[in-house]
Amino acid sequence: MTALAAGLGLKPEHYDDALRCGAAGMWFEVHAENYMGAGGPRRAWIEAIRREHPLSLHGVSLSLAGAEPLDMRTLEALASLVRELEPALVSEHLAWSRFDGAFLPDLLPFPRTHAMVQLVCEHVDQVQDAIGRTIALENPSHYLRLDGHELGEIEFLAAVARRTGCSLLLDLNNVHVSAVNTGTSATDYVDDFPVELVSEIHLAGHRNDPVHGDRLLIDSHDAPVAPAVWGLLDRFVDRAGPRPTLIERDAALPAFSVLMKEREVAQRRLARTEATFA
Amino acid sequence: MSTGMHEFQSSFVKALLGASEPTLPWSRQPGFDVYRNTVLRGAIDALAANVPSVHRLLGDDAFDTAAGAYVRARLPRDGRLVRYGANLPDFLASFPPVAEIDYLPGVAALDLAWIESHLAADAPVLGAADVYALTAEQLLHGRLVPHPAARWLTFPVPAFTIWRHEREDRRIEDALSWRGESALLTRPQGVVVWRTVDVGEADFLAACASGRSCDDALESVLDAGTGFDLAASLPRLLQAGAFTRIDIDGS
Repeated sequence: MTALAAGLGLKPEHYDDALRCGAAGMWFEVHAENYMGAGGPRRAWIEAIRREHPLSLHGVSLSLAGAEPLDMRTLEALASLVRELEPALVSEHLAWSRFDGAFLPDLLPFPRTHAMVQLVCEHVDQVQDAIGRTIALENPSHYLRLDGHELGEIEFLAAVARRTGCSLLLDLNNVHVSAVNTGTSATDYVDDFPVELVSEIHLAGHRNDPVHGDRLLIDSHDAPVAPAVWGLLDRFVDRAGPRPTLIERDAALPAFSVLMKEREVAQRRLARTEATFA
Repeated sequence: MSTGMHEFQSSFVKALLGASEPTLPWSRQPGFDVYRNTVLRGAIDALAANVPSVHRLLGDDAFDTAAGAYVRARLPRDGRLVRYGANLPDFLASFPPVAEIDYLPGVAALDLAWIESHLAADAPVLGAADVYALTAEQLLHGRLVPHPAARWLTFPVPAFTIWRHEREDRRIEDALSWRGESALLTRPQGVVVWRTVDVGEADFLAACASGRSCDDALESVLDAGTGFDLAASLPRLLQAGAFTRIDIDGS
């Protein structure tokens, strides 16, 4: 199989373009929940894409850091999707989104305690057992300075990866957004990240909060990748070499050709070093 | 599981939904509004995607008001947001700002039926030739099984005419006849299609779906007095792709 290079998040508007796309190393990522239906055209489209390109399933609702048990319907639906589509990558977030049976469509934060390491490990183990393979765990965007952290985020992610065998998805836009919002250093974060555990990188655009301006950045996925985030990619690649790298665009969707141009920029930056693809 | 974690998440959710005073240190930070807005917007946008005709008919502002009230009353229960909004038709019928728009619940129900049909399991379509090959006795004792993507709905108002004009991006040119309607949505060749049916045809499909044999289903529809002619209606329903198979005892 060709090594995964730079890929694109795939939206229904671009199915036909994606099917026809012949770029070397191309791959696509979709939100797993959008394809958990039983059949019909949507399922047929994704199966057709999968026949042409490697696919990544990105979960947004498992609530791995949720205080309550995982939702078995979603987990079973994910397991069935993984069996049928045989994706190249499967990923989820270090966040929670369920409480008292309700689903809150966001990636919510929590105090990183040792007890939470144990809970997240149990949930990751449960997911990996259900789907029969490892997942990649992603660092989310942060908007709050919470009290009560016993571990840093990198320490937390690395502990979960070492105990469960999962890998890490390093979202560099989230690193930048979180650093601005919580007053920390994005470059220190990238320098300290355990690169040997990284199986995928995410890039995306963000925007300033309408009230608080550039002191509060929103992880909006509705704009091109920002220069500061490209800088973080260069920094990572210089240190660790390239990884499969995805550009996410979930809103204000431009033409496929526009996204392909941005993907070419990622491709060139990934090729800065002589290192081979992981 | 950590009790502290449960308490933190419980207070976080209450603060998100505005159900508690902002006394927690983090809920006064500007970033907390990002979570509050993202959760509310995410759920409203999911509803807008699931009931696009309701969204177009109401416009952004009125839709956000109604959908926002629905989200606060009934948060999603399933991470698969394509399934969100099942109670929206009933909610719209009783939500004062839009309750007097009597066709709106029907339009919402049709939007939701479209999504269900779009996502339903793939299955063969029972063709007319398969049925004509049966004896009359086999047909009447057989159980017609509706296709997984078939949805039938009946309304006391012309909700289907209004909905289909929205879906087909057409203006209603003639004066609308204000009477009840039944509709059938099917997916015979990968794409959801819709048509008007008689109320008796919708009732017949419902009776078949409950597992009745063809003659029992026929009898229940005729008993209801809505009028139904199997010889005329069955070919129409078969042609629409309403059934996937017929189960015949002993075969």
